[in-house]
Amino acid sequence: MKPPPFDYHAPRTVGEALEVLADAGPEGKVLAGGQSLIPLMNMRLAAPARLVDINRIGALDTVTADARGVRVGALARHATVERSAAVAERQPLLRQALRHVAHPVIRNRGTVVGSIVHADPAAELPAVLALLGGTVRLARHGAPEREVPAAEFFLGPLESALQPGELAVSAFFPALPPGSGTAFCEIARRHGDFALAGVAALVTLDDDLRITTAKVACIGVGPVPVVVDVSAECARRPAASAASPAVAAAVRDRVEPEDDIHATAEYRRHLTGVLAERALRLAAERASHG
Amino acid sequence: MTTSLFGERVQRLEDPRLLTGNGRYLDDLGRDALAAAFVRSPHAHARIREINVDRALDVPGIVAIYTWEDLPERIGEPLPLLIPHPALTHGRTARPLAKDVVRHVGEPVVMVVARDRYAAEDACDRIEVEYEPLPAVVGIENAVRGEHLVHPDVPGNVGAHLVQEVPSADGRSAAEMIEAAPHRLEFRLDIERSASMPLEGRGVYARWDPDDGSLRVYSSTQTSTSVRMAIAAKLGLPLPKVEVIAPDVGGGFGVKIMHPWPEEVLIPWAARTLGREIKWTEDRREHFISSAHERGQVQYVRVGFDDDGRILGLDVTFLHDHGAYTPYGIIVPIITSTQLLGPYKPGAYRVEFSSVYTNTVIVTPYRGAGRPQGVFCMERTMDRIAAYLGKDRTEVRAANFIQPDEFPYDHRLTFQDGRPLIYDSGNYPEALRMLKELIGWDEFAKERERAAAEGRRIGIGIGCYVEGTGVGPYEGGHVQVTSDGRVHVSTGLTSQGQGHQTAFAQIAATELGVPIERVSVVTGDTRRFGYAVGTFASRAAVMSGNAIALACRKVREKALRIAADALEADPGDLTITDGIVHVKGNPSASIPLSTVAVLANPLRYAFDEEAKRATQFATAASDDKPPVAEGEEPGLEGRDYYSPVRSTFAYGMHAAIVETDPETAEIKVLRYAVVHDCGRLINPMIVDGQIHGGVAQGIGGALYERMVYDEHGQLLNASFMDFLMPYATEVPRVETAHLETPSPLNPLGIKGAGEAGVIPVSAVIASAIEDAEGIPIMKMPISPSELFHLRRTASARVG
Ligand SMILES: Cc1cc2nc3c(=O)[nH]c(=O)nc-3n(C[C@H](O)[C@H](O)[C@H](O)COP(=O)(O)OP(=O)(O)OC[C@H]3O[C@@H](n4cnc5c(N)ncnc54)[C@H](O)[C@@H]3O)c2cc1C
Repeated sequence: MKPPPFDYHAPRTVGEALEVLADAGPEGKVLAGGQSLIPLMNMRLAAPARLVDINRIGALDTVTADARGVRVGALARHATVERSAAVAERQPLLRQALRHVAHPVIRNRGTVVGSIVHADPAAELPAVLALLGGTVRLARHGAPEREVPAAEFFLGPLESALQPGELAVSAFFPALPPGSGTAFCEIARRHGDFALAGVAALVTLDDDLRITTAKVACIGVGPVPVVVDVSAECARRPAASAASPAVAAAVRDRVEPEDDIHATAEYRRHLTGVLAERALRLAAERASHG
Repeated sequence: MTTSLFGERVQRLEDPRLLTGNGRYLDDLGRDALAAAFVRSPHAHARIREINVDRALDVPGIVAIYTWEDLPERIGEPLPLLIPHPALTHGRTARPLAKDVVRHVGEPVVMVVARDRYAAEDACDRIEVEYEPLPAVVGIENAVRGEHLVHPDVPGNVGAHLVQEVPSADGRSAAEMIEAAPHRLEFRLDIERSASMPLEGRGVYARWDPDDGSLRVYSSTQTSTSVRMAIAAKLGLPLPKVEVIAPDVGGGFGVKIMHPWPEEVLIPWAARTLGREIKWTEDRREHFISSAHERGQVQYVRVGFDDDGRILGLDVTFLHDHGAYTPYGIIVPIITSTQLLGPYKPGAYRVEFSSVYTNTVIVTPYRGAGRPQGVFCMERTMDRIAAYLGKDRTEVRAANFIQPDEFPYDHRLTFQDGRPLIYDSGNYPEALRMLKELIGWDEFAKERERAAAEGRRIGIGIGCYVEGTGVGPYEGGHVQVTSDGRVHVSTGLTSQGQGHQTAFAQIAATELGVPIERVSVVTGDTRRFGYAVGTFASRAAVMSGNAIALACRKVREKALRIAADALEADPGDLTITDGIVHVKGNPSASIPLSTVAVLANPLRYAFDEEAKRATQFATAASDDKPPVAEGEEPGLEGRDYYSPVRSTFAYGMHAAIVETDPETAEIKVLRYAVVHDCGRLINPMIVDGQIHGGVAQGIGGALYERMVYDEHGQLLNASFMDFLMPYATEVPRVETAHLETPSPLNPLGIKGAGEAGVIPVSAVIASAIEDAEGIPIMKMPISPSELFHLRRTASARVG
């Protein structure tokens, strides 16, 4: 469990990083928190010839929250985002989701942007980005930055729109709309494990506390986070009845889980329905108290 | 003031060192050593066509590459079969490096030695082995079908077959008793594979001293003395020229009692051949695919019983999967077949097992060693009987208990040590009473109703076991008091974190009457003690504990004799407190043990103050006697051995309350209670710790861990990402109560405790889930996904 040889770069600025990445092309890999990449390299499942460590680029270690939403720089750790009161105020779903991401020691190193770029279909943050309609900002040497919407960013398991030579510099999570609530419910085999199934929910109410929109994003049940708009199933219903068998059925129908050594597809589908109900109920409740 | 330290909750003396990062584990040693790595078979069963190492030769830092052809004859032979048994008619062992055929994924094929592990792995990557895949035998039932063979000369893949039969008191067979019984049941119970999975994997570090012609080997082993004998034999070295030391060992749980592992032969051999220090530290993937597993069994039960639930006849037939080879014999199924009886006395008993080959990692004892399977069998049987008769599960158990006045109790079976299975002592009804009180068994019905009213589902379960501990043949202890008053204790068996340094020091301090701070304990170092068996089978405290006590008694006797001379008193009037020998009732007439140690050696250079001071006691040497009297030895030291006629039997009873989520089928252990009797307790805190760790491991086996092989013999979950061991968050707080029924078999009255915690857990959790769900649980481990499907099947059957 030792990685094969690689060249190591530790740039101090984004510009420098982009130059190295441009030069390295498909041979280059960004090292952020290393919580996914280092194990892959040690198991020789990934063998990048050139590793570009961005941990010394202070300019990427940023988290800003305003009325529009939350922008998380590439070096912001899970733990920083999780603990930020400003983030929780503008978009509570981030904290709700991050509590399910691994364990504190891993959250101290792992980065939010790294998790999104890594695009694990069982990871929480890609689902958050997808549910909220967020974007990822990608930079490349000698080219303008591009802002990729979540819907176009996640292409498959561990596959994103990030091209060789590109650096993801930040991710943007839109703020919680007024009259809205969010929730993240998941079930893992052990505390902190990747989820067997998990559901993020966003519910928006009108002034009469009736549901105008309701959406969920499901993890671990498809190649990318599966976003299901259940506004129609919930239409104009009072907040207290956000969860119903019809909603659960609609969500179950949309997901495509697979069997693996931890659970059958059928069980995952069932769980997703249960969790969708739970998350919607909780989100609606928060929306009506918010 | 030293009072008796035996039985006190003394804090572990080893912990400050271990917890501050000052432990010295295998990989902390030999910083400058070359590193070894192995090319291991990627196939479960294949013929090796060709090995081409050319591309590896130009990897920078490469030192040597060895295949089977490069090994001298004695090294290349199949490794020894450690524990032969007449029933093991087709025992087979592997060679250190495969010749011609590989029989499981992970079998070592090529050894690479390089500057460091990075270079060694780079070289491994470039070695090309051409295999011709052969059909893989995976799964017990496929193995017995015998369609394909793991070893061409082992028909039906059956390595061993054993039947033991104990007729009823009036001479009727189990089959007859079952036929004649008022009630009969028949069912199947399955347990899957898991593994010891110590935090530290295996590892070997060897250095050859060309000037001295000697070899020093460090191994992360549970038996340094036996590894030493194996190395000396394999390398053809005189035994005194081989030293083996078990440094700090980060857990063993059984997997490190197997020996010699291929690496324990190959690394020392290569170190000597190359004249270089070489180290091999196993990584986790290697551990998964090349170190031992255990537990996999399919068990069929037939039982006949009366209206009270008393078992009149019990017939168990089971299949045991021992993997690709049998270097450790058939200890595991033998233990299952004998220990499944637990605290009960069925009217008649018959047990039959077949131990079969599969193209998977070998099986050797893992903490519990066959007992968890046996207990699962027996305890599920008790629950089935209770369910059938509509009786309380504890009542059925009580009806079958061996009673306190029936000890010693002879089961008329042959135990793992080849000796009769005779229980020495115990009080099962009392343990059950205590357990029911601890968990609140009789009040649980109300609790269940309350939970149900809230829409929650809870259940309670129970499991009992008896564990033969402290198997022979022997252990020894050596105790030396030096002129600085320190007490040096050594014993040959090894430590893997159990707290031996504390428990053995407590024994020595108590026996000798010295402060515990003056006692130091060395284990598993053949330079200090050459004869030992090893640490397994819950035997260290019983075996070495008693040996050390006996050695201390020799030292004490000698000390009192010398002190009596010096003080001109009768030895019988002397006592030792706080390291000082004094006349009872006259504290002023005293002499420190340190001085006694000086007096014990006629050669008295005044190297230290103590030696100078001792001159005041020096008795005039008489001219006509030798300075060391006949039958005496210089120095204040003693050595003794403890060798029991048979094992001593500890036991315990566990109960748990679990909650199952009606929607998600998640399973949560709410409470876990243990009543435990291991005779006299040396250190209750250490015993509690052993139980807590054991229960945690048991929870792993019950709810999380399994070895998932696909039909090609690939282990699909060979990493900690997918082999789920419980975190602290999954382990309930363990409530314990102790009973102390001394063993009449040994001087200290103790029984083993190392494996206790793990043994009944799968049975207990199955019992509790079944109680919560009303669905029979016949297979362990169980996951939420499986419970979900059990529910589906059950409701389909009803609906
Ligand atoms: C035991 C354990 C449990 C875990 N459990 C969970 C869990 O439950 N849920 C979960 O979501 N995650 C989990 N993780 C993963 C963890 O969240 C990782 O931190 C995260 O997936 C990746 O973030 P990182 O910063 O560590 O990225 P790295 O490991 O450094 O990189 C991951 C990948 O992303 C690329 N990358 C990273 N940053 C950039 C960037 N700025 N630009 C371009 N490419 C980039 C890398 O090149 C690499 O391919 C777990 C990890 C461990 C070790």
